[in-house]
Formats: sequence, C-alpha cells, structure tokens
Amino acid sequence: MTPEDVVARLRSGMTLGIGGWGSRRKPMALVRALLRSDVTDLTVVSYGGPDVGLLAAAGKIRKLVTAFVTLDSIPLEPHFRTARQAGAFRLMEIDEAMFMWGLHAAANRLPFLPVRAGLGSDVMRVNPELRTVTSPYEDGETFTAMPALRMDAALVHVNRADRLGNGQYLGPDPYFDDLFCEAADTAYVSCERLVDAGGFEGAPPQTLLVKRHAVTGVVETPRGAHFTSCVPDYDRDEAFLKLYATTPWPEFAERFLRGDEKSYQQAVRTWHEEMR
Amino acid sequence: MTSRAEYCVVACADAWRGNGEVLASPMGTVPALGARLAKRTFSPDLLLTDGEAMLVDADGRPEGWLPYRQHLTMVTGGRRHVMMGAGQLDRFGNQNISCIGDWERPARQLLGVRGAPVNTLNNPTSYWVPKHSPRVFVEKVDMVCGVGYDRAAAAGPSATRYHRIPRVVSNLGVFDFATPDHRMRLVSLHPGVTVGEVRDATGFALALPDEVAYTREPTGEELRLIREVLDPRGLRDREVPA
Repeated sequence: MTPEDVVARLRSGMTLGIGGWGSRRKPMALVRALLRSDVTDLTVVSYGGPDVGLLAAAGKIRKLVTAFVTLDSIPLEPHFRTARQAGAFRLMEIDEAMFMWGLHAAANRLPFLPVRAGLGSDVMRVNPELRTVTSPYEDGETFTAMPALRMDAALVHVNRADRLGNGQYLGPDPYFDDLFCEAADTAYVSCERLVDAGGFEGAPPQTLLVKRHAVTGVVETPRGAHFTSCVPDYDRDEAFLKLYATTPWPEFAERFLRGDEKSYQQAVRTWHEEMR
Repeated sequence: MTSRAEYCVVACADAWRGNGEVLASPMGTVPALGARLAKRTFSPDLLLTDGEAMLVDADGRPEGWLPYRQHLTMVTGGRRHVMMGAGQLDRFGNQNISCIGDWERPARQLLGVRGAPVNTLNNPTSYWVPKHSPRVFVEKVDMVCGVGYDRAAAAGPSATRYHRIPRVVSNLGVFDFATPDHRMRLVSLHPGVTVGEVRDATGFALALPDEVAYTREPTGEELRLIREVLDPRGLRDREVPA
C-alpha cells in the first residue's frame, strides 16, 4: 500500500489511534498523508507528539484522548497549545497508566479495567463520565474503572515489516504499538523497510512485536517517522524539530507539506543542505 | 565555596537516601545529578535509567531493560521514587503540570497530566522547583495532576494507601509535609537564603520551625563527584544560576 491508500480507507469522524510515544517512532508519513486528505473530525487517541500537533494545526481533531502532548527536547508542543488555548477540540485528559489500561481493555474485549490512578486528581473532574469500581474481594478497595479505548483504526510505524503485516521494532522500546493494533478494528503499519518472506529468520524473537492477524495493511515509508526518532535507523531530527516548533504554521505547511511524502523528504534534505 | 546549584543537588540526592533497591526517576537536570550522586555514594542500590528504556549502572553501562510498559508496572508496584517538576504546587502538595487557567479553555496549556495521577497514588513522589515563586507555590492549583494529602484523604483509602510526598526541593530550600494536617513545612534553607525570602516567594503560609535549619554541606567527595565526574560542563548552573 501507499500512504494515500491507507488514508483512502479512513473516514471523517473516525476514532484513530496513533502509536509511538511523544517524539518517538510516530507514523509521521501516514499523518502527513492524512493532512493532505479531506478526512477530518477525528477522535485521536495518542501518547501525543508532533502527530497531534500537525493534526491540530490542520484542524482535523474533534476530540483528543491523551495524557500529554510533547516534543520531548522542546517540552511544550506549540501547535497543540495554540489549538487547545483556542478551544479548537474536546479533550479527554487521562493519566499515562489509565491510557495503557484503556488499550489493554480494548485489546482484551473488556469494557474497562481497574486502575489505581485518577482518584483524588482532577482527571475525575474533567472527565465526569469516568466511573469507579469496588473490588468484590475482601480488600473492598475502590479503583477507577478505565473504559476501553476501542478505535476504528490505528496507525503505527516500525523498523521492519513483511507484506503480511508482521512488524519488527529494532529500537529500545516497543511503546504500545502492538496494543494499538489489537485495540483497533483496522490497523495500518508503516515501516522503514519491507522484508521478503523469511526475512525475519534469525531475528531476536521478542523484536517481532506486531502480528499480522491484527494488521490490515502495510506501507514502506523510508524515514517515515521523521522528524521523530526511529532508532536504530535514525535519531530524532533535532534541528528540524526546532524549525517545526518555531516556524509559523502556514509557512511550515507551505514549504514542507504541499506535496506528497517524496517531496516532503526532498524538502527536508534541501533545508538541511541550506543549513550547512 | 559551595554553589546554590550544588546545595540543590545534594538536597535532591538526600531524597533518595535509604530508599534501597528502587528506581530513582528524576525529572530535570539537578534531580538527575542528585539521583546519580546518591547512587555513587550513600544509596548504591538505586536503579537508574538512561532516559530511554535501559536501566544503567553508576557508569552508564546497561544492566537491564525497562520499556514504558514495565516502567508503569514499577510505578504501580511501588518500587520507584520519582521527583517530578511542578508548574503549580499548593500547601498540601497538589501539583499541576497540565494547564494554567480554566481547564475548559486554558490561558496556558502545559504538558498534560502525564503520569502524575498514577505516580502520586502508587510510589513516593517528590518535587523539584528550580525557581521558587508565588506563581509556582500557589494557594490552589488550577488542575490537580499530582494528588496532595488533602485530596488523597478525601478520595478514600485506595488513594491514601501508598500515597506519600517525601520532600519538595526548590532553589531556596527543602520542604516536607510532616505536620499534623500535612501542610507544607520548611525543613531547611539553602545557606544564604532567609526565611523572609522564602515567605515572599511562597503564595501560601508555610509552616515554619521554631529554629531554622540549613541544608547540609556537601562532603568533599560529593563536591568532587558533582564537579569532576557527574557535571563537569556545569549544566546545574543553568538550571539554578548562582
């Protein structure tokens, strides 16, 4: 598939999960393809980074489900901030662990899972729909009943994948990409490099994170996580991240996001050459 | 002569004293130096990460794997002591890193709640404030992310069971909540700071001891480690200017 093929399967109003974490291994090529499409009005579920910033800047988010949005080396995501301060979308702000248990619940077809988090905090105030659950055992403790974060579609990016949808990560952290795929009705995996059948022979077993039964389609997008990190293939592009964070949105979009993925990657190379 | 930043490093390090075999999770330059100092001196059993998914020894060599999903189990299993930052912090230790102003339409969006709700209910959570001011130490935080003592008590036994805020370190002093009603208390001033200075920089009435103590001096070995081994480039002075 191509990034455009993936986006052609998405519809306005969908609940869309995005893998990675902050500015790490985000499926940015797929997000960029989404920016070029008419798909909008999305409920976005993400441990947020520039994926959320770009979609917020483009006005495609109706509701965001997250625990944070950050560029890491620049702690505050400028476009997310601007949109949020303008009241551009609804927000379900939950804790990092609540988020994870929401994914687990969805992947396990459970309506909720109990978690010791949220109680006492304003997460309960700003999400009045959240309920608590009391242990039926002797302890009788009360917990937050974190509802399943079920999604229509998930987008994740990994280092290697085969055509069937088996995905391999080579970096230090799987993040929650396997859970995103299992918690969504459809899942699309972009990868740095497609491998042929048998290409995973000899691979450390635990690197084979994403399983084909949970994947709908695969796209090869070299540097497809740029400007987030996709180690060991490449680190976060700190210089470009800084440019993104300090350039007015129309100017950034005009220079980098007008064409397809190929022209984006070319525009980034050109910018780096100019900076030398 | 010991710099203010160095007193802060030592005060942060002391937060992890006697913690045993738990993960020290520092957020910020000075807490990170403090955690590494504690591990190299009086708390050698501490676990540290490289900031990504690897557990590393005192020399930065990998000794284990801790991806986010396992890190979160370390939190809920209680084998961790985190030192978080705070955009706002109130007298009972409620912390805000989410947004300033009305949550519905914030004047200033910050990070989001991150892991503060789960941290505070499950593992000891201390705080580091590099610039002590009435804008940080406020009467009431705009969004409770990290749960303080009053809010934990109101939420019931599941919230208080593992709740503990061992200390707050700022560029002016060290604080804790060891008062009958868990109001924040001045523990020690960093040498060179006065009670009046702290009072003026705090937006609520702090509990004050009868006799004011001072943050301890670093030992000669601690100073050598800070200056020559842990932070030869002096990053600590950027976070806490002299």
